Amino acid sequence: MPREYSADELLPLSGIQHFLFCRRQWALIHVEMQWKENVLTAEGRLMHQRVDDPFFTEVRNGVILARSVPIASYRLGLSGICDAVEFTSSPEGVKIPGREGKYLPIPVEYKRGRPKSDPVDEVQLCAQAMCLEEMLSVSIPAGYLYYGETRHRTAVNLGNELRELVQKMAGEMHAYFERGYTPKVKPSKACRSCSLIDICLPNVQEKATSVANYIREWVERD
Amino acid sequence: MKTLSNVLYITSPEVYLSLDGENVVVRKDEHTSTRLPLHNLENIVCFNWQGVSPALMGACAERGIGLAFLSPNGRFLGRVTGKVYGNVLLRKKQYLISEHESQCVPIASSFLIGKIYNSRKVIERALRDHGLLVDKDTLGRASAFLKEILKGLTTCKHIPELMAFEGSAAKIYFSVFDQLILQQKEDFHFEERSRRPPLDNMNSLLSFLYTLLTNEAMSALEAVGLDPYVGFLHADRPGRPSLALDLMEELRPVFADRLALSLVNRKQITGKGFTQKESGGILMDDDTRKTVITAWQERKKEEIEHPYLKERIPFGLIPHVQALLLARYLRGDLDAYPPFFWN
Ligand code: SF4
Repeated sequence: MPREYSADELLPLSGIQHFLFCRRQWALIHVEMQWKENVLTAEGRLMHQRVDDPFFTEVRNGVILARSVPIASYRLGLSGICDAVEFTSSPEGVKIPGREGKYLPIPVEYKRGRPKSDPVDEVQLCAQAMCLEEMLSVSIPAGYLYYGETRHRTAVNLGNELRELVQKMAGEMHAYFERGYTPKVKPSKACRSCSLIDICLPNVQEKATSVANYIREWVERD
Repeated sequence: MKTLSNVLYITSPEVYLSLDGENVVVRKDEHTSTRLPLHNLENIVCFNWQGVSPALMGACAERGIGLAFLSPNGRFLGRVTGKVYGNVLLRKKQYLISEHESQCVPIASSFLIGKIYNSRKVIERALRDHGLLVDKDTLGRASAFLKEILKGLTTCKHIPELMAFEGSAAKIYFSVFDQLILQQKEDFHFEERSRRPPLDNMNSLLSFLYTLLTNEAMSALEAVGLDPYVGFLHADRPGRPSLALDLMEELRPVFADRLALSLVNRKQITGKGFTQKESGGILMDDDTRKTVITAWQERKKEEIEHPYLKERIPFGLIPHVQALLLARYLRGDLDAYPPFFWN
């Protein structure tokens, strides 16, 4: 039996993107709470500006579009908010309160930039789908990623490989969190675009054993 | 390294601050107000009576912008902190270490090594820049004495022993401090350190600069998740920001003493800007306070190479970098806490 987490243990789903970018960055933000305005809160604010009204549900061509949908998975131990979920009429779907017929939920995630070479966005989308599956007892074969820069949405097939990756990442995140563990620095190319570089100080650790020498050297100076 | 944090200092005692959208509005009366975007602001330090609207406090807490209240004379009153306050794991480590003298000693001695090195540097600078105006022999002797103390500090095993070394160092340093004042001698002289209240103009100036520095040290420590109230050198006492005082030790000579001397020696401030009250205590007037804060802000923009990181950073970031290095040491990433040495 896979373990189930309690409500108190849920970690932010949006952390997956930090975790995949750099585990240390994730730990600095989520374990050490060393968040910076420009990373988390600014993202949150932008999101709210973009998503017009969370209480407004649109119906377009028979598709129900719900915005800012709160989601959680107790199996993954993650919770968060889905930008948008599209419900399309389908016999494989589920009943939703106040509507006739059955609908299949499809998560839609909006990204400001363009498609990336790594699977960060896919993994996050897949985690959202897994939350919805658990909450609605349904299987969701695909989701959409919408990129602001290309103004295109791409269907993402939520296959086993992706699901296993989500499972693995969520498990690791919880293991780190429980131990209160922040991985040591491995300076990489990513550091240059990392907004936590001034908190992480990636190049300090390279000199890690030399502080005693540093002090001695300065004290003996004239 | 990163950009220098922006600090908004509110120096007029009669203004009121409020929030409008994403801006802070500084209002003096019905007609005069200034608006500044909150975005990019890292700290707001208020020396006003009227305070700040609750909405602005909330916005600062949410965004992690430091908001501190000081009385117009610079006495610390309080600060607003948000939901995320520090890092529990790191603070537990900090508390644990603070309970064991043997683990406090290496950190405390780093702070003092930094302090005495930098105090000595203040003297050495005067000797170098004003060799003809100062009493070379006395200053030279003081410098040599500080160097001996510096060596002694590296082998201390107990806090009282460290304190004794620091006591002798402070005595010798302050005994020659008056000689570093080269201008306006009739208004600025220094016999000994007086604090509550400062009894002469120089002490009043130093106290004010130390207050600014305390506030910077507190926000730097809070920003990296440490508890500014639990120190390694300064003992715990309710209401005393011991760790901020610890961290300040190495920064005082560079940030405050040296700045005080240059404000006086360059005649940027004069004796007229200070008033002696009936009790003997000295009050600094608004304009002088503004001049001091402007000089402080300018100082913070100057770039230096950090001796340990070997990176160029603005002066104003030093408290943050030192707080970070301390956190890294407590987390076990470094073998010791590297003090800031001023070159
Ligand atoms: S600076 Fe580099 S190592 Fe540090 S958190 Fe960022 S990406 Fe990770």
